[in-house]
Amino acid sequence: MNDSPVLARKLEARLGAKVVDCTEVLGETTIEVLPENWLAVARFLRDEPEFTFEQCMDVCGVDYLSYGSVEWDTTDVSSQGFSRGVEGKGAGRFNWSERPRPGNVAKRFAVVAHLMSLQHNQRVRLRAFCVDDDLPSMPSLVDVWTGVNWFEREAFDLYGILFEGHPDLRRILTDYGFVGHAFRKDFPLIGNVEVRYDPEKRRVVYEPVSIEPRVLVPRTIRDDSRYEQARAEREAGTK
Amino acid sequence: MEEIRNYTMNFGPQHPAAHGVLRLVLEMDGETVVRADPHVGLLHRGTEKLAASKPFNQSIGYMDRLDYVSMMCNEHAYVRAIENLLQLEIPERAQWIRTMFDEITRILNHLMWIGSNGLDLGAMAIFLYAFREREELMDCYEAVSGARMHATYYRPGGVYRDLPDRMPQYKESRWHKGNDLKRLNQWREGSMLDYLEQFCADFPSKVDEYEDLLTGNRIWKQRTVDIGVVSPEQAKAWGMSGPMLRGSGIAWDLRKKQPYAKYAEVDFDIPIGTNGDCYDRYLVRVEEMRQSNRIIQQCIAWLRANPGPVIVRNFKVAPPRREEMKDDMEALIHHFKLFSEGYCVPAGETYAAVEAPKGEFGCYLISDGANKPFRCKLRAPGFAHLSSMDEIVRGHMLADVVAMIGTYDVVFGEIDR
Repeated sequence: MNDSPVLARKLEARLGAKVVDCTEVLGETTIEVLPENWLAVARFLRDEPEFTFEQCMDVCGVDYLSYGSVEWDTTDVSSQGFSRGVEGKGAGRFNWSERPRPGNVAKRFAVVAHLMSLQHNQRVRLRAFCVDDDLPSMPSLVDVWTGVNWFEREAFDLYGILFEGHPDLRRILTDYGFVGHAFRKDFPLIGNVEVRYDPEKRRVVYEPVSIEPRVLVPRTIRDDSRYEQARAEREAGTK
Repeated sequence: MEEIRNYTMNFGPQHPAAHGVLRLVLEMDGETVVRADPHVGLLHRGTEKLAASKPFNQSIGYMDRLDYVSMMCNEHAYVRAIENLLQLEIPERAQWIRTMFDEITRILNHLMWIGSNGLDLGAMAIFLYAFREREELMDCYEAVSGARMHATYYRPGGVYRDLPDRMPQYKESRWHKGNDLKRLNQWREGSMLDYLEQFCADFPSKVDEYEDLLTGNRIWKQRTVDIGVVSPEQAKAWGMSGPMLRGSGIAWDLRKKQPYAKYAEVDFDIPIGTNGDCYDRYLVRVEEMRQSNRIIQQCIAWLRANPGPVIVRNFKVAPPRREEMKDDMEALIHHFKLFSEGYCVPAGETYAAVEAPKGEFGCYLISDGANKPFRCKLRAPGFAHLSSMDEIVRGHMLADVVAMIGTYDVVFGEIDR
C-alpha cells in the first residue's frame, strides 16, 4: 500500500495509450479505461509479474445519472426565505409511472472493479464507462477471474449492464420475474410492486405498491471551505 | 433396461441447514451432486440503495443488519470509508476500543459458526457450549451500546460513547436467585473491562472444551476431513478471503497486511491450514478465537492505562456533549444540523476494507459532495464464497453440501444485502 503513488506512475508508463486516466487520490489508485481495452488491461494486470493482481475482490455497476444534483438549493435565498427542499428527482420522490425519462446523458453507466495483489500487497481500482446508455454493455471478466461471475450477475440485475461473454447472465438478487433494474437512479425507491398473502386465493399475490414516495431529508450539497483547502493542498502535494 | 435420469432437487429455502434463506437447486446423480445452483436474494432489502437515500450517519444501523452475526465489523468498514473521505483523525482510545470490539465480534461470529456448523453435522452439544459464551459477550455489546446485536456503536470519528464504568448486573427474579444469582454476577462487580478481563482469562479453557468435543471426534473428522478441498489457486481465482483463504494455506490477513485501527500495535498470529478442507478451516477458526482473545487482553491493558476522548471534537460530524448544548447556542445548532441534515462529505471515492470474521468486508463509497452517499457498494465476503459453491461441491455427496455450506460460514444478511 505504501508504494501507491509509484504504482500509478508505473501503470501509466506500462499501459500507455490504453489508459484514459490514471489517478491516485487518498492513497488509492484508479485507472480508467475504454470498454474495448477492459479485458486486455485486466489480463495485463493479472499476468504481469510487476503487478500480479491475482484477486478481483469486487465488481459493481454505478449509475452516474443525477450525479451532483440536489433536492434543496442552499445557495440562493429569496425574500421568502430558503426553498422548501423539494427540487430535483431523487429516487425517493417518484413512483414507477412518474419515473423520469432521462435524456441522453453522456456516459451514464460505469463498471468498477477492485483488484488486489496478494503478492505485492497493493490494490487498484479499474473503471470503464459503458458506451451506449440505452443498452449498456461491457466485456465479461469471467475468463480472467472466475470469481467475478456473481458480481457481474449482480451488476446486470441491478443496473442492466450486459456482460458480453458471461456464461450465465441471470438475475441474482431481485425476485423471479422482476421488472426493471432496481439500483438505477430512475428506479423508484419504493419499487413497483408489493406482495402479500391472499387468504382467498391461498397464495401470495403481487399488487401495485401502495405506499407513497417520500423523502425525509432532502439531498443537499454544501461547499465547505475546509475540504476545498485540504483538496488544494493535496493537489499541490501530488504535483 | 430402465432409463436412469438425473434428479433435480430443491434444498431450502426453509431447510434448517441452509443457514437462513439459501435456495439450492441440486442436480443429483444418485447421492452425488452433478451441479449446484444456489439461488440467493431472498433476503435482498436493497441496503445499498437505502443507504444512498439517507444521510451518512443514518445508515450505520443498516450495516449491523448485513452480516448480523458480526455486526461491528460491518460498521467498521462503513465508518472507515466515510472517515477516509472526510480525512478524519480518530482519537487513539477510540481506535483501541474498535480493535477490541472487532475481536469480540470475531469471537461472537466464530462461536455462532462453530455451534451451527456442529449442529448441521450432527454435533448437538457444541451448540449449547458456544451459546453459553456468546451470551457473555453479547452482554458487552449491550453494556456499551444498549443493544445486544445491532449496536450502531461505531461512528465516523470514533465510537458513540466510552466504555461503561459499571457492568450491569442480574437482578433477583423467579429464575435467578440465591447461589445462581451470585454466580451470574460474580464477574459483574466492576467495570466492563474487569468483566472482559475475567472472561478472557476463562475463555481459553472454554475453547479447550470445544476442541475436546470436536477436534479428535471421529464422526466430526469423517464429516470434514478431505471434504470441500479448496486449492490455493481456486481460492485466489474465486476472490476468497478470510478463513477460506487461510484454510488453503495462504497467509493473508488484512489485519497484518494492511493494518487499520490498532492492529499494527498488537501481537497476534495468523493460523493457516495445509489441505484446504473443511477440517482445516475449522482448526483455523478455532485458533482465531484464541488469537482474538489475546488481542482483547492487550486492548484491555491499554484501555485501562489510557483514558481519553473516544470521538473527535468536530461538531460537523460528531454531536457536542449534552451539557454543552444546554448553554451554548452554537452547540445546539450543530446538534440540530447534524441530526437533521447530517454532514456533507467531500466529493470523491474510496474503498475501505476490514478483515471481518468471514473475510474481507469492503465498502466502496462514492460521494458527490452531498449529505448522502451517491453510491455505496458493500463487498460481502460470503457473496464471493458462495459463488464458488458449484465448483467446490461438484462430485461430493449430498451430505457434504451441508458441510460445505457450514464451512463457508454464510449469512444471508450480507450476501443478499
